[in-house]
Amino acid sequence: MNAEALAFYALAAMVVVGGGLVVQSRNLVHAAVSLVPTLLGVAGLYVLLHAEFVTAIQLLIYVGAITVLILFVILLTEGATGLRVPQRNEQVPLALVVSGALVLLLWAVLLRVPWGPPAGTLPPYNPGAVGRSLLMPYVLAFEVTSLVILACLVGAIVIARREE
Amino acid sequence: MIGLSHYLVLSSLLFGLGLYGVLTRRNAVAILMGIELMLNAANVNFVAFTRFVDPTFVRGHVAALIVITLAACEAVVGLALVINAYRHLETVNVDQVDLMKG
Amino acid sequence: MTAVVVEALLKSAVLLFVLLTATAYEVLLERKLLGRFQVRYGPNRVGPWGLLQPLADGIKLLTKEDFAPAGADRVVYVAAPVLLMTVALFVYAVIPFGPEVELFGRRVTLYLADVNTALLLVLGASSLGVYGLILGGWSSNSKYSLLGGLRSSAQVISYELSLALAVLAVVLEAGSLSLVRIVQAQEQGWFVLRQPVAFLVFFLSALAETNRAPFDLPEAEQELVAGYQTEYGGFKFVMFYIAEYLAMITQGALAATLFLGGWHGPLLPPVVWFVLKVLLFVVVLIWIRATVPRVRYDQLMGLGWKVLIPVALLNLLVSAVLLL
Repeated sequence: MNAEALAFYALAAMVVVGGGLVVQSRNLVHAAVSLVPTLLGVAGLYVLLHAEFVTAIQLLIYVGAITVLILFVILLTEGATGLRVPQRNEQVPLALVVSGALVLLLWAVLLRVPWGPPAGTLPPYNPGAVGRSLLMPYVLAFEVTSLVILACLVGAIVIARREE
Repeated sequence: MIGLSHYLVLSSLLFGLGLYGVLTRRNAVAILMGIELMLNAANVNFVAFTRFVDPTFVRGHVAALIVITLAACEAVVGLALVINAYRHLETVNVDQVDLMKG
Repeated sequence: MTAVVVEALLKSAVLLFVLLTATAYEVLLERKLLGRFQVRYGPNRVGPWGLLQPLADGIKLLTKEDFAPAGADRVVYVAAPVLLMTVALFVYAVIPFGPEVELFGRRVTLYLADVNTALLLVLGASSLGVYGLILGGWSSNSKYSLLGGLRSSAQVISYELSLALAVLAVVLEAGSLSLVRIVQAQEQGWFVLRQPVAFLVFFLSALAETNRAPFDLPEAEQELVAGYQTEYGGFKFVMFYIAEYLAMITQGALAATLFLGGWHGPLLPPVVWFVLKVLLFVVVLIWIRATVPRVRYDQLMGLGWKVLIPVALLNLLVSAVLLL
């Protein structure tokens, strides 16, 4: 087994175990904290895939901002997220069947397709390539995303503000 | 040799976990966490496809970045709704939020 | 291959030793300077000029009882300081202390890694540190700790925005996210001269990021006892303490790298210049603590969101236009 395979399996274990804890923990703070290794594992996968810029953004936005925000809200709504409230609904068997079936179906399809060898090479300077791609062919998507951000900003403030 | 299929198998497993979380959790914040897992699974696919199938213009990276941005937006608005619901109804469980007015 | 690994391990070990020693003596420096600012002597009993004081403090703290408060979440309670300190140390993997030098007949770079996205990693690592604060506050099962944890995370997240926006101006100037390349771009002139506004915003944000006076609300003694670290003692408290003082050195190193020309300087060897710049930054931070009273919480948030972020955005816009 070479170093890449070793790294992949370690990261995969981290992602799957972390993800399992996220959906399974009775204590929501533990669930949110388990989100951190999961997202870090995904960031590690990006490193293996030579996506430096996405790795950095994953660290900065996902691990550094979104998860902190989630943790923050869990702590603020302690009364409703505490251990005394049951955290799971009655759909557990159904959900197990549905998501299990979906995963098995995906695996059946994925493993049957003969994926060819890697095609082409990635551009050498990753952040630059991503930036050029974002601002030239995908500038419309970029602008629409920024509009969505603005709308979210305004919407979130309006919703969360205490009424006078 | 780690190939594309390894990443795809892993991401579909992660997606399944996220889906399970979304279906079984009562708490709105926990449902959000399930959604984050599913979005991450999609992102792993995007980046893996970029590496193995279409590396020249890093299109998958651009898609992943946009997904991350939108995930942040979704989390912000979702959490604002949760805070508002908690303030008015003192619960954040989606099966108990059933009033049409605040 | 083996040689590279051994070299990296050696560099990490030296770095770890230097950083931990520097942190210990930074505490002594702060106590000495604060003493002088308040017209008293500061610690001067242990060893000549109190130089062995950090050693005595360390032994005292390490031999204390290892306890956890009743009702604490044990795993998270232990993990929080470990996480905070690990993240604080991680940043130094990408900070360059000097250029390539000739050591024992091979060329050695005075940094662990030159990463293309180093600056983003540094920012990401500092936002990871928030977990240490918020989880330490939550797991202690104490009102003061929880309030301190929530306060500090809100503060750190808010000021991270202005910090990142200020730093982006430097990225525009240098045209790279790699810290090594940013230092190389300052050979002709330091960025503090080209970006004075960005430096000012960076400095204020760094002050708030490190939870230092006048922005030390997370541990405002009069209101919150000691904030998120109230319920900590012994070795776990030491880790919080080291992380806090390491953060000062980190911000100093970042300021030196991004604005003050990194290792560049006349006459003296590069590493000495770097250390001098960091030391200057740290002394100024201590000086400010001795001079400026604490602000109110709403003033703190107002300054961050209503002053620093707009100013940083405007500065970014103007520099982008000027550079085009």
